[in-house]
Amino acid sequence: MTEYNFNGQNCHGDKIKAKNLNFYYGSFQALRDINLDIPGCAITAIIGPSGCGKSSFLRLLNRMNDLIYGSRIEGTIELDGKNIFDRDVDVVELRKNVGMVFQKPNPFPISIFDNIAFGPKQHGKKSKIELEEIVENSLKQAALWDEVKDKLGQSALALSGGQQQRLCIARVLSVEPEVILMDEPCSALDPMATLKIEDLMRTLAKNYTIIIVTHNMQQAARVSDTTAFFMMEPDRAGSLVEYGSTSEIFTNPKDKRTEDYITGRFG
Amino acid sequence: MEIRTDFNRRLREIQDDILIMGSMVEAAIITSIKALKERDIDIAKQLISDDALINRKRFEIEEKCIKLIATQQPLAGDLRTIISVLNILTELERIGDYAAGISKIVLMIGNEEHLKPLIDIPRMADKTTLMLRKSLDAFIKQDADKARAVIAEDDDVDNLYDQVFRELLTFMIEDPRTITRATRLIWAAHNLERSADRVTNICERIIYIVTGKMEELGASNY
Repeated sequence: MTEYNFNGQNCHGDKIKAKNLNFYYGSFQALRDINLDIPGCAITAIIGPSGCGKSSFLRLLNRMNDLIYGSRIEGTIELDGKNIFDRDVDVVELRKNVGMVFQKPNPFPISIFDNIAFGPKQHGKKSKIELEEIVENSLKQAALWDEVKDKLGQSALALSGGQQQRLCIARVLSVEPEVILMDEPCSALDPMATLKIEDLMRTLAKNYTIIIVTHNMQQAARVSDTTAFFMMEPDRAGSLVEYGSTSEIFTNPKDKRTEDYITGRFG
Repeated sequence: MEIRTDFNRRLREIQDDILIMGSMVEAAIITSIKALKERDIDIAKQLISDDALINRKRFEIEEKCIKLIATQQPLAGDLRTIISVLNILTELERIGDYAAGISKIVLMIGNEEHLKPLIDIPRMADKTTLMLRKSLDAFIKQDADKARAVIAEDDDVDNLYDQVFRELLTFMIEDPRTITRATRLIWAAHNLERSADRVTNICERIIYIVTGKMEELGASNY
């Protein structure tokens, strides 16, 4: 039986499927033969040493690498069964469905309200009432509403780092995505702000598919449902070594290289 | 270059501590049976008070494990090792209690003659301490097959216990005045039988360290 959640997403089965994926920067192969099925409405963590291609993979999921001159892709990434590299895919629409939160909070230097309303406006929402509703909902979902509801007109840059990152998450949520990509979302935050974001991620995972790249092994272990371990091969191309439930990966990994990495014996 | 040198050193230290505690427990079993055989109250009393040293060692190792978990966030094989060490500690500590239990039986017996020369009970003790030594060897070598082989040896201890029980039963049937003395020896044998079961629990933990699978293998008849 297909289950749909509140934003009309199909939460059943795999949301994203990478098949035989190769990725090159010019002549340099950054990813080799990645096959990875990412479950819907769950958190998937991608871990691995620096340079293993985990961020490159994440960026492929909403075609951010399109902008890099000389980059080339082989294979497919299916989102709900549709290859995102097909010619008829509207990249703007794709990036609305697959939002991204970056390492460093990057609010626009405008008011809190306008930060959130920016995306919906771009997508044609003009009515003030509608925008107010979107801003409130997005901030509530990002667990930031209570802290900023009385100062929506103030500059977003006046918020703390943790608040700014939650604002960025609210900004992603405002355009009603289905997938949220997070590239080291807590690396610039203090432990308390980090735990807040992690709590938020667990709440959001009920309705969104979240993929997080992290160097923080404990974070991957704490928040994710499934974990993928990437590693660099001798020619420096990144490949998927092991993929499985997070509890299995962190208590009883099958591959010696995964064991060595997560126990800190290399990397 | 070895990474996590400090962590590795501290983990090895814990493994060495387990060996030390294991040999303390082994010595306790051997001594308790010597006290029983010779009805030596002084040795028995000493052993009962020395049980505190085993308990202290247990807490000392446990504390090291907790510290390592809190400060080093061990994962995968390291995590399985530390969690298993915590379980193994409990098993060893209980075997120490069984040795102290046998010593308390020695105090109850006092100067009373044994019903018969003790043969099978010392055999049970030899077998149990051998199992214990082998299990600690399997722990250090992280050898699941060795651990499984030790578990299989528990049947020998169970069979000896059966034998002791049957034999003492015949004494009791023939002469009910022997019931008290016979029952005390059955208690002593039971302590050894339980000790061997604890060793099989240790072996199950070793298998978990190596394979990541929890297996219930040492199902005892008692």
